[in-house]
Amino acid sequence: MSSTAITPSPLPLGRRAKRFMADRPLIPLIILLVILVVILQILRPGIVNERWIANTIKFAIPLAILAGCQTMTMLTGGIDLSVGTVATMSAFIMATQIVNQDPAVAFLLAMMPAVLIGLVNGIGVGVFRVHPLIMTLGTTLIGTGCLQVYQRTVIASGAKIPDFLAWLGTGVTPMLGFALPNALLLFVPLAALIVFTLARTGFGRLLYAVGDNERATRLSGVQYWQVITALYVTSSLLAGITGLLYIGLIKAPSLSLAEPLVLPSVAAAVIGGTSIFGGRGGYTGTIIGALILTVLTTLLTILQMPEGARRILFGLIVLFVTAAYLRIVEDK
Amino acid sequence: MTTSPLLDASGVAKNYGAVAALRDASLSVLPGEVHALMGANGAGKSTLVKILTGAISANAGRILIRGEARDIRSPAAARRAGLLPVYQEPSLIPDLDVLSNLRLTGTPVEPFRAWVRELGIPDLDLRDTARDIPLAVLRVLDLARALAVEPDVLLLDEMTAALPANLAEKVLEVVRRQGDAGRSVIFISHRFVEIAALCDRATVLRDGATVGVVDIEPGVEEKIVELMLGTRIVKTHVAARSVADKARPPARPRITVKNLRVGTKLSDVSFDLADGEVAGVVALEGQGQDELFAALAGSIKPSGGTIEVDGSPVKFTHPIDAIRSGIAYVPGDRSEALAMQRSVRENIALPFSAALRNWGPIHMRKERATVASAIERLQIDTRAQGEVQRLSGGNQQKVTIARWIAADARTILCFDPTRGIDVGTKQEIYHLMRELAGNGKSVLFYTSELEEVQRVCDRVIVIFGGRLVDIFPVEEADEPALMRAAYGLPRGAKADVGILADPHSSTQASNASDAAEATP
Repeated sequence: MSSTAITPSPLPLGRRAKRFMADRPLIPLIILLVILVVILQILRPGIVNERWIANTIKFAIPLAILAGCQTMTMLTGGIDLSVGTVATMSAFIMATQIVNQDPAVAFLLAMMPAVLIGLVNGIGVGVFRVHPLIMTLGTTLIGTGCLQVYQRTVIASGAKIPDFLAWLGTGVTPMLGFALPNALLLFVPLAALIVFTLARTGFGRLLYAVGDNERATRLSGVQYWQVITALYVTSSLLAGITGLLYIGLIKAPSLSLAEPLVLPSVAAAVIGGTSIFGGRGGYTGTIIGALILTVLTTLLTILQMPEGARRILFGLIVLFVTAAYLRIVEDK
Repeated sequence: MTTSPLLDASGVAKNYGAVAALRDASLSVLPGEVHALMGANGAGKSTLVKILTGAISANAGRILIRGEARDIRSPAAARRAGLLPVYQEPSLIPDLDVLSNLRLTGTPVEPFRAWVRELGIPDLDLRDTARDIPLAVLRVLDLARALAVEPDVLLLDEMTAALPANLAEKVLEVVRRQGDAGRSVIFISHRFVEIAALCDRATVLRDGATVGVVDIEPGVEEKIVELMLGTRIVKTHVAARSVADKARPPARPRITVKNLRVGTKLSDVSFDLADGEVAGVVALEGQGQDELFAALAGSIKPSGGTIEVDGSPVKFTHPIDAIRSGIAYVPGDRSEALAMQRSVRENIALPFSAALRNWGPIHMRKERATVASAIERLQIDTRAQGEVQRLSGGNQQKVTIARWIAADARTILCFDPTRGIDVGTKQEIYHLMRELAGNGKSVLFYTSELEEVQRVCDRVIVIFGGRLVDIFPVEEADEPALMRAAYGLPRGAKADVGILADPHSSTQASNASDAAEATP
């Protein structure tokens, strides 16, 4: 049904507030984030200080980049579950190759599996039309397997964390009276690039359009496989870079380094307002979603609950927040 | 009138947020009456129907059924009250077979079968999965399903849209008999011919309010249009090429189709399309026209024959190939062409980003200018431009065309672009097609409404059973001639066919069209 007339009658305050939030979907997210920080401060007075903020940002950034992978793939109605494995692989390869190789060579070697897995994902989804969930789950398993084989071959050489990555992952630079995490040097340009790509480039437009109505894009001359292949390669590259950043933060290479980030990255994108069915969402919401999840994790940690109860609560809060957010934003 | 109305709704209003979809609608249907509900797109017809059938609830208003106030809160409540709708979109669940679909709604099978036969489908297998049944047949099955439970008031929303003439005729006949049997039908249609042949009275909506109830009598068409639009519109023949133009020697063909074959659906079709020409395509439902358009658009590969563009043969494997040759396709189903959640602007600019080399930063100012001029040219109502799905059907259709105006396509393949949209928008689309032809572009125009042919086309291609049966010059392409040709009858045959065959409807229909001709 289409609009026939706009009635300018004043609305009750509640509805007006709701409409305001529906027009600016970021506002309720920011409010939620602030509420969580306030709760944290009440439960443990004094915890919210400069150091805590820097730490939260440090841990939120890898999650936010991986959630960026999910945001972009979800816009097309897909998902990329292989980001965890890709990040782990590049981190692990970097840490082991740096022992004997030039840093540039080690970097290239570390990014190779990312490109390969991205390409396989993209071709599988774009050309052979495998469902993204299955496709990326498959490459996850294959990647993990390859990593185990690789581990045996380098078991003697040992591993080390390159100083640069440690600096980037954990270091802070005092600036304007704040201790800014160095990771922001990587993240800010990267985030700006993603936001710009989604809003102002042909490729970004196509991601939304393909997720909204693939048939329509085909009739407009869009070649689906090109878009999807480029998308999954981009997603994998971002995941690879995240792996390098994350190893600098965690400083302990393992075969399941970034795995625990995969599902939170999906949750961050969904909380941030990206529709899992495609065509709707954006990266700024996702960043706040990642911050919310990170703060929530801290909050649950200081509650000193058993691990099981903490997970249950985490799951319930994620569900509740997502449902509430969708109700607010989708103005009916 | 002494009989009390079977259904009496008054003062019905419905708001969506700040937008009033209905302000003050009323509708009163007498027993045994076929009552037309009319209005331009966006006038509130669909909203009123949804309220009457319990799909949504009204903010205000009163609904009486047999004089009793009823609160219709759900489709089930409407059903109990004896109100049953047949919506524009098929409502069978695609993955179930017909029989399971019937069980789902508790529809008695035998009456359903009888109605299906009555409606002109003798060989339906109830075990067929709904997904595999053609759209036209699905709509008839929806109707049969509704008829089988013998509702007091049957609501038909654009029942004959997308129906081939032979099925439409049966449907109209059955609807008429419902009225004779003392039941009432609310009939929503954009086709005056049907309304003239079928309905007793019409309620006209405009901007969410009932603006008039008229008896259907010869010459009422003009009055209804007036009520619908609020101003008097002149129903003109959009001039085809002027005589001087016609004397001009035909240009080199833009597209030459030779012996085109697509599977079993289309065989041995040959024709030309010249620059500066609007060529009509007329066919009953499913005669191969879908395949013809899809093949020209690069959506499907033909299994034989050749397509030449500007004299050189082409092989399209993807719509992008056709688009590169300057051929754009506007599909009949708008939901097939639009990214519904995206803005008008992004939808219009979509083809610009398609090619790999255009994936980079978008030149926003240039794009805004191009899009604005296309919007201007098509007079798209951009009040709700943030999301295409909020536009009315007519405006959505304009967006699908505007895209290719903006992309400056040389040839536009329009597949039934005026289906289910209001009279005013139809006129604008006719004008646009003529204008494009005037600028040297070419248009291939399939229409399911025969009266459109003489308004727009220079020539008409008639397809029947997958074969091209005739090419008419526009002067000879009047409705009876086209109808005969569409049924595969040779030119010059005298017998009336289709809805024109019925003596009752024939007088009314010709009266209605006479009235149309007489308007200055």
